[in-house]
Amino acid sequence: MAGQTLEIKRSSAAMWGTHTGIRTTPTVAKYIDTTTCIGCKACEAACQEWNDLGTVETHQTGTYQTLPKLDAKFWNLIRFNEREVDGGLMWMMRKDQCMHCAEPGCLEACPAPGAIVQYGNGIVDVDPSKCIGCGYCATGCPFDVPKFHVKTGKMAKCTLCVDRVEVGLEPACVKACPTGCLNFGTKDDMVALGKARVDQLNKSGFKEAMLYDPEGVGGTSVVTVLGHGHPEWYDLPVDPNVPVLVRLWKSVLRPVGVLAALVTAIGTFAHYTKYGPIEPPSDGGSDEHPN
Amino acid sequence: MTNGWVDIKNADVILAMGGNPAENHPVGFKWFMEAKRTRGATLVAVDPRFTRTAAVADLYSPIRSGTDIAYLLGLIRYAINTGRFHSDYVKIHTNAPYIVSDKYAFNDGLFSGFDPAKHQYVKDSWAYEGDPKTKGYVLDPTLQHPRSVFQLLKQHVERYTPEMVERICGTPKETFLKVADIVTSTGNAQRVGTLTYALGWTQHSTGVQIIRAGAMLQLLLGNVGRPGGGVNAFRGHSNIQGATDTGGTFEILPGYLKTPAATAQTLADYFTGSVPTTLNKEAWASMNYWVNYPKFMVSLLKSIYGNAATKDNDFGYAWLPKVDGNYSWMYIYDDMYRGSSMRAGGKEPAPEGFITFGMNPVGLGPNSKKMIAALSKLKWAVVIENVETETARFWNAPSEYGGAPPSKIQTEVYMLPAASFAEKDGTFTNSARWLQWKWKALDPPGQAKSDQEILSRIFLAVQNLYRKEGGALPEQVLNVSWAYSNPTNPDLSEVLKEMNGKALADLHDPADPTKVLKTAGQQIDGFGQLMDDGSTMCGNWLHSGVFTEAGNNAQRRNNADPTGLGMFPTWAFSWPANRRIMYNRASADAQGNPWDPTRVGIKWNGQKWVGDVPDIKPDSPPGTYGAFIMLPEGVGRLFAGTLNDGPFPEHYEAVEAPVDNPLHPNVTSNPTALKLTSDKDVIGNKKDFPIVCTTYRLTEHFHYWTQHQHKGVLNELAPGFFVEIPQALADQKGIANGSKVKVTSARGSIEGTAMVTKRLRPMKVDGKELWQIGFPIHWGYAGDSDHTGPLANFLTASVGDPNTWTPEYKAFLVNLDKA
Repeated sequence: MAGQTLEIKRSSAAMWGTHTGIRTTPTVAKYIDTTTCIGCKACEAACQEWNDLGTVETHQTGTYQTLPKLDAKFWNLIRFNEREVDGGLMWMMRKDQCMHCAEPGCLEACPAPGAIVQYGNGIVDVDPSKCIGCGYCATGCPFDVPKFHVKTGKMAKCTLCVDRVEVGLEPACVKACPTGCLNFGTKDDMVALGKARVDQLNKSGFKEAMLYDPEGVGGTSVVTVLGHGHPEWYDLPVDPNVPVLVRLWKSVLRPVGVLAALVTAIGTFAHYTKYGPIEPPSDGGSDEHPN
Repeated sequence: MTNGWVDIKNADVILAMGGNPAENHPVGFKWFMEAKRTRGATLVAVDPRFTRTAAVADLYSPIRSGTDIAYLLGLIRYAINTGRFHSDYVKIHTNAPYIVSDKYAFNDGLFSGFDPAKHQYVKDSWAYEGDPKTKGYVLDPTLQHPRSVFQLLKQHVERYTPEMVERICGTPKETFLKVADIVTSTGNAQRVGTLTYALGWTQHSTGVQIIRAGAMLQLLLGNVGRPGGGVNAFRGHSNIQGATDTGGTFEILPGYLKTPAATAQTLADYFTGSVPTTLNKEAWASMNYWVNYPKFMVSLLKSIYGNAATKDNDFGYAWLPKVDGNYSWMYIYDDMYRGSSMRAGGKEPAPEGFITFGMNPVGLGPNSKKMIAALSKLKWAVVIENVETETARFWNAPSEYGGAPPSKIQTEVYMLPAASFAEKDGTFTNSARWLQWKWKALDPPGQAKSDQEILSRIFLAVQNLYRKEGGALPEQVLNVSWAYSNPTNPDLSEVLKEMNGKALADLHDPADPTKVLKTAGQQIDGFGQLMDDGSTMCGNWLHSGVFTEAGNNAQRRNNADPTGLGMFPTWAFSWPANRRIMYNRASADAQGNPWDPTRVGIKWNGQKWVGDVPDIKPDSPPGTYGAFIMLPEGVGRLFAGTLNDGPFPEHYEAVEAPVDNPLHPNVTSNPTALKLTSDKDVIGNKKDFPIVCTTYRLTEHFHYWTQHQHKGVLNELAPGFFVEIPQALADQKGIANGSKVKVTSARGSIEGTAMVTKRLRPMKVDGKELWQIGFPIHWGYAGDSDHTGPLANFLTASVGDPNTWTPEYKAFLVNLDKA
């Protein structure tokens, strides 16, 4: 895992991250303008190569789309959707990858301490050395992003090229994009860029054009300009939220559990101070783990 | 391109037709998007398919493949009849006011002068009327004369009403009118539109006339020569522009000089047929730049034959090979297949061997079965390639390709491993005419060699054989100058210097003979310094200026942009003369003021033209010379008597026509189209093969190359051959998406995966329902075993355009079945 030079804002299965508050890092974001994307897949190739993902086996099934959905070995996918509206055809191409939510459902759902982290700059990353491959993160994700890698037994997804970003480079997909429909910078700058483009589109006939930066997950570090105000036409959830159960686990059950553990600990301490240590049975025993 | 890639950002309207730039030129396509983002430009895509370009266009218009002329003439009619054309521009920068000979006529699909026996035109009547007193042309500046080019054009296009466009092209009238409104919004000084096209226009039996119709539309709208305008061909390969510039086809020498015909035995004879004279006394005089032809040709001969070329021996002209017929692509393989040349009545023998490099003839030629059968008749073939292509392995093509068993094929095939583009230095000349140097990135693997080393070693060995053994006309080979530091592997910068040209004697300033411009041995500054007396040499006059005493200008990488229009005058070198926009004199009005002050091509400042490098003499005041310096008239031609199939474009159906021509059913297809007639050249009819088919490329793939990558990422992104089929046709035939289908033409059939889509739609043509399907070209039998697939050209026909002899790959007839 890269990102060693970045502070961690949040970490899975922990009450707080390692964020010291000494350094403030602006939140970064990737900008995607679907109205100038030609679906050339240069971003797909760049992602595969930069991240050493090798190749996945694909077959011609009657579509321009490389795979039906993201894969543990394929983190960046252009989705092609045809739609007829009022007799006119649209062929919409949307770059699909991890959205890097401000309130990441994957991180909230993850039970393995430190397996999913959110850096100070907003990037959400998986640490394979801590991932236990349980797949809970997938249930927490409203965008169907994290995928199980059969060979490594770990979850895998787009890192927003944190290894490039931490040394001041743009993500590989942005670097490769020929039309300039991808951009990278601070979240504030990318939102401003998106709003200006939406404004331009609104004036030139795309009255429903919108900037997709959904509030339900606290906004995302991938902001997407949609020519048509229907996220579902682009295979995007209209109003994504972290699933209620995951929220419940994170915000109610986990604190309750922690509280219970704390109470137990205090109880144990009190017990100890009052009664002293519990001695092992005198017949000896083993320190070894039972299994 | 008349303009450049970057210049597209200056357009208000972009008409993408006859090409799918988002698919095939994704990097250059950024400037389309830049125009949309920064200027709010309108992008219109006209294509048989709803393409990747259409996906980001403001308006998509369907069109039946091969009917672009009807569409464009419909646009011209709309512009003329609504007055939405740039009339000030048309009057000074086109031949609209010129009076045409009264012998010119057009009736029932044929122009005057047609010879039905030869299927050719005698072009005498396609001429201007000359004033017998002045020997100049006759002009009517009011454009009212009934035989003025303008009135004849108006009359010619009158038949192309929006209803007729719908009937021929299958484009709904409302959509066509929307496009017409957008496109003609640039027919004035304030707005500019660009026109982009590619092989979707060239690969038809009417290809050249389609491009002419596009150029005529741009002239009428006043868009040629202006920043943000132009007629812009996107070339199909990184260096195809360079290949044609350097004499890549049989009929041209480097710099588009003509290959001598056998009838021109002396240099004087040759110049008589090549150097045009101007009669233009009425309008502005023309620089008629081809008057300098002898300087270019003599300097070329000096570069070939060096000291052996002298004034006394016509600079070695006699040694240059002469052509006695058409040696274009399809004829070469026709000769090979038949075993003798049909152009010479079967009297001349066919080629017995061939050398091919940098291309894959079996993959890219039409009618693969004929190609394979043709190569099987050779005694020897040399394939210089970096992968083992279909051409290298023609002798074990699958049996359905009709090849004989390998044991029956006597051809000896030599495969010479060649360096790939990244394994050698050199230049790429892009579509924008920029010669850009590239540096070798790595050494070629194993024994692979650069093209120049392979060719040099073959040449030197052949020269040595002539030296030792003599032969017919040995001088032709022995006198070739090969003065490179390393003759067996010339440094390409030395070759580029040779192409630029140098002084062989001291060159004096014509205005001041005491002043020496260049001393003997110095590189010249440009083709303006070339001489016809043997005192200069130059391998390609058009590229002259690329390697001067200042150094290799193709290596320049300064991105200064003084005009803000993206001309980048110190980035690489743009032929001719580092000019970024051709015909830029037409960007200004009669007084030399730019039509649009915010987009200045060049302007007259009282003493000289400033801005881009001007076409015309930099100090010639407005009114001295016309913008179209290569034409004797000096103006752009709306009427052109030089092509082989008519002075105006006219709608003809493809050779394999899906309908009778609605305008003139007696002349359905181009009467002059090239059609070969061997037993393998079978033409399908609309009854047996009712579906129109077209071929194209995919952005994920590179020609026939990516299929050779084992587990390559590009094969991962676009796996396997497919056939795009309209949803409604698939429903009719019970074809499910992803199932196997068979496509059959009169030449054979291939199978692939059905891609059922609404991007292709049912069309109403001449009142009847008509279907179009299509498939990409990138597969073949020679790739990595995981990535082989059918050759698209198995189904295409050996028919083509009568001017360029380019095959008609984009419209042919097929049938479709479940496999």
